[in-house]
Amino acid sequence: MPKVSLKVNGRAVSRDVEGRTLLVELLRDGLGLTGTHVGCDTSQCGACVVHVDGVALKSCTVFASDIDGAEVRTIEGMANPDGSLGVIQAAFQDNHGLQCGFCTPGMVMSAAALLTENPNPSEAEIRAYLEGNICRCTGYHNIVKSIQAAAAQMSARPVAAE
Amino acid sequence: MYAFEFVKPATIAEAVKALADEDAQALGGGQTLIPTLKQRLASPSALVSLNGIADLKGVAVEGRELRIGGGTTHATVAREARTYPALAALAGHIGDPAVRNRGTIGGSLANNDPSADYPAAALASGATIVTNAREIAADDYFQGMFTTALEPGEIITAVRFPIPQKANYQKFAQPASRFALVGVFVAKFADGVRVAVTGASESGVFRWSEAEAALGGNFSADAVKGLKADADGMIGDLHGTPEYRAHLIGVLTARAVAAAA
Repeated sequence: MPKVSLKVNGRAVSRDVEGRTLLVELLRDGLGLTGTHVGCDTSQCGACVVHVDGVALKSCTVFASDIDGAEVRTIEGMANPDGSLGVIQAAFQDNHGLQCGFCTPGMVMSAAALLTENPNPSEAEIRAYLEGNICRCTGYHNIVKSIQAAAAQMSARPVAAE
Repeated sequence: MYAFEFVKPATIAEAVKALADEDAQALGGGQTLIPTLKQRLASPSALVSLNGIADLKGVAVEGRELRIGGGTTHATVAREARTYPALAALAGHIGDPAVRNRGTIGGSLANNDPSADYPAAALASGATIVTNAREIAADDYFQGMFTTALEPGEIITAVRFPIPQKANYQKFAQPASRFALVGVFVAKFADGVRVAVTGASESGVFRWSEAEAALGGNFSADAVKGLKADADGMIGDLHGTPEYRAHLIGVLTARAVAAAA
């Protein structure tokens, strides 16, 4: 089986995978990083969003072999080095941005990608960016509020940590 | 998903060689192909990823044309196709942000989904589809739902878009899939107007010649006001009847003309 080498949340990893192994399968089953969720498995819901070389992708619709050598960041990589919640994660907690929590990893990763591209998004821009992230609890209102709060906190600080 | 051999060549020549095997299949961004494989609707012996080929990527202005590499993602086109704003806007509304970060223009055109956005842009612009073997005019390229002039194993290396004086794309999105229920791309050139419609016809993307003729002499929304597209041959499904789609074609064409810039 071909070998895939990645840097995942700063850690170099190498695994033998089948050609058909999806990135999300490698993350969850191969590396035990079960924070990344599989919701629909048809690239609609966004629960599996991770960053590959700084870009948000749906990890259920990317083959692990196709991103050999890439840097991957998952929800596990969003916490601070001491294990406390990162700015976006804390904002979701503070603003009740999660109900059942299933979509949250993807929401946080999409939010982080949005705030990198656009540090001060309008409500409409946030909602448009979350087009590919579905919350089955329909908790969008507080998710948007959480992202607005995170944006405000991050722009108030000299260095954006997320 | 059935097992397959995964190959990732670094050059077009290597990819062409790997695709010579009749059961081999090219992989672009995979945003359509991977779901298809999961449903076991395709079972290639080998998947040849085009994502490692640097020559397939990039957006460049060449004379009066915009040249986009076949492996360029929708997100890159949305960001970099500044000389053709209507095309950049179209690319920026395909799927969702994560899909746009992975899906490619070559993959979309090779698949030729009857509701995809890019076919409308390519046909309305009179684009040229460049492959590893030849150049194909958009008018000859699209041959019906999921059918194109591509030969097995042929790779789209680039698409060349003549830049119109004015253009606009109007999409009435199917809210669940975000594909076009109907999409109309209008492009005005010095020598005439081209109108391409996606999402509506059972024969895939097509040019609405009556609207082109009406707009040729008078490029205004009023010129297409009384025009009705024929519901015959339009797609009818739970999302809309043939008559509804035909109606939308008229509405969206008028909106595209009014918004063209």
